[in-house]
Amino acid sequence: MSYLTLTGIQKQFPGGVVAVADFNLAMEKGEFVSFLGPSGCGKTTTLRMIAGFEQPTTGRVELDGMDITDRPPNRRNVGMVFQAYALFPNMRVADNIGFGLRVRGRDRAFIARRVGELLELIGLPGKGDRYPWQMSGGQQQRVALARALAFEPQVLLLDEPLSALDAKIRVSLRAEIRTIQRQLGITTVYVTHDQEEALSLSDRIVVMSEGRIEQIGTPFEIYNFPRTPFVARFVGTLNVLTARVIDATAGRLDVGGQEMRATGAVGAIAGSTVSLALRPEILAMGDGEPDEVRLRGTVDEVTFLGAVVRIRIRLPGDAGVASVDTFNNPHLAVPARESAVTFSFPSEACLVLDGAGRDAVAAAESAI
Amino acid sequence: MTGRDDRLPAGLDRPTSAPVRPTRRGMRQKTAASWLLLLLGVAYFALPLVGTLIFSLRAQPMASAWTDMLNDPQVWSTLGYSFVIGVITIIVSVVLLVPTAFWVRLRLPRLRPLVEFVTLLPFVVPPIVLVFGLITTFSRPPLPLTGTNFGSDVLLVCAYVILSLPYMYRSVDAGLRTIDIRTLTEACQSLGAGWITILWRVILPNLRVSILSGAFLTLAIVVGEFTIANFLARPMFATYLQQISGNLAYQPAAVALMSFGITWGAMGVIALIGRGSQAKVEIGGAH
Repeated sequence: MSYLTLTGIQKQFPGGVVAVADFNLAMEKGEFVSFLGPSGCGKTTTLRMIAGFEQPTTGRVELDGMDITDRPPNRRNVGMVFQAYALFPNMRVADNIGFGLRVRGRDRAFIARRVGELLELIGLPGKGDRYPWQMSGGQQQRVALARALAFEPQVLLLDEPLSALDAKIRVSLRAEIRTIQRQLGITTVYVTHDQEEALSLSDRIVVMSEGRIEQIGTPFEIYNFPRTPFVARFVGTLNVLTARVIDATAGRLDVGGQEMRATGAVGAIAGSTVSLALRPEILAMGDGEPDEVRLRGTVDEVTFLGAVVRIRIRLPGDAGVASVDTFNNPHLAVPARESAVTFSFPSEACLVLDGAGRDAVAAAESAI
Repeated sequence: MTGRDDRLPAGLDRPTSAPVRPTRRGMRQKTAASWLLLLLGVAYFALPLVGTLIFSLRAQPMASAWTDMLNDPQVWSTLGYSFVIGVITIIVSVVLLVPTAFWVRLRLPRLRPLVEFVTLLPFVVPPIVLVFGLITTFSRPPLPLTGTNFGSDVLLVCAYVILSLPYMYRSVDAGLRTIDIRTLTEACQSLGAGWITILWRVILPNLRVSILSGAFLTLAIVVGEFTIANFLARPMFATYLQQISGNLAYQPAAVALMSFGITWGAMGVIALIGRGSQAKVEIGGAH
């Protein structure tokens, strides 16, 4: 049986705005799940419904077999870390961390001991006497995390906890969050718009768009096998080339005057325009394997990024531009601008999208 | 080497108009003008007080007006009574207004204009009208409060709560604006706190400076208010001041200055307590 379940969750605001539609998710105990999507996709609204700050219009939230949909937020035993830290400015760090325990009537000795343990856990021993305004952003967020964990909640919710921090702190702190979460084995829901965070932290990712779930899967599945064009575009970088359908059944396509075969049938009529979605890392310079697709183009731009060299290749006609990432090799010359080059990729690694941006393969399957 | 930037086309190596730099003389003039304005402002407020002080010292022997007042038990009893009424007024105002302002900001933002309008009504209703309304309503059943001292004290406090409403509400509302009450409230709730804990442990302490500002404005109003106290026949400081000014010359001046000093002392306490607190609120991550 799952530990945290959201069934048929819908949230409609006054005025008819549907922020979340038909959200279904079952989480196991100790699992780390991220809600990933652009601003306004409904991920924070869903998180707030788990916390109890928003009431679902329809649907149920169940925690460890209990229906908590109608429970007020202060009776859900759910810890939350906010984007803006939300530390109590009038209290010292130790009092902030111990607040939840004091509310629950624990004695001073227990609170002091627990606060000490948590200060050690978050790497701030001996700093309990400071006020939040005496600490850096990263330290404050760690204190906020400790405060949310102090009373041993059943679920930990984090609402974009790292967005207010600079890039370096973000990277180190997210690793700490994951380490602490694994150590405590606490079921965690993490909201972010940063795909790197979601991919590096999560056991599973829920990709959302316009209030709906686009795909649920492990980071590997989400990145390598996106089920919808939105997931393909939102997670990772994507090259999108324009192609004309020659033979839909055989999967033959014309890309800038060059013929290629997609894997399987293409759900669009002959003569129509489709898009090919390709990850930069699946493209390789040169002819590649005999069974791979080869396309020719002209070098538009070469960008040296240190360990990686990014080569932008313009295809003939209106086929578009592809970016190929290669590892830097000082013994290999990079192609010059305007030089003619060839790149290759496995045909099964490309996603064919129809003119409306939908997965042409999935559209063909659903039409049958 | 011409010193000209050869990358620029000819004619463009010199700015079309020279930047204006302030001269030392100009800066001195500006500073002198600022000091002059400050001195004029101080003089506007200080001269009447200095005049009152000089007048109070004219009693013979010199400063006897001061010694008479300091030794008059009625000065201290009326001042003490006024302060007690002031403190009770402040407590009632805080208990009434802090939860109201908090709830309006948190859950009923559309009602803010209406609430603000209501808090401005005391400016419109003269104290004489207010006190007559109170006397007329509460001098007969079912609540004949004017018949007893305690009842009159209750009426007095209620009247002062109304009079201080604009100041106390605005102070509290201004304080609420500086903290993210929604996120702080949700943080409290996620930690298991109920509404009373939220208000008592988090909201009130973070409104300390605002409440103190409103409190001392309220105190100043209460200590200096005459009309309501007079018609309710309560032994307030202002009624005592009016009483002695009919019979004595120099002593009222001394008493008036004493009340100024006490009020300014109270304001100084706000400044001391409030110093540094605002920075804590804004940097503490609540935004």
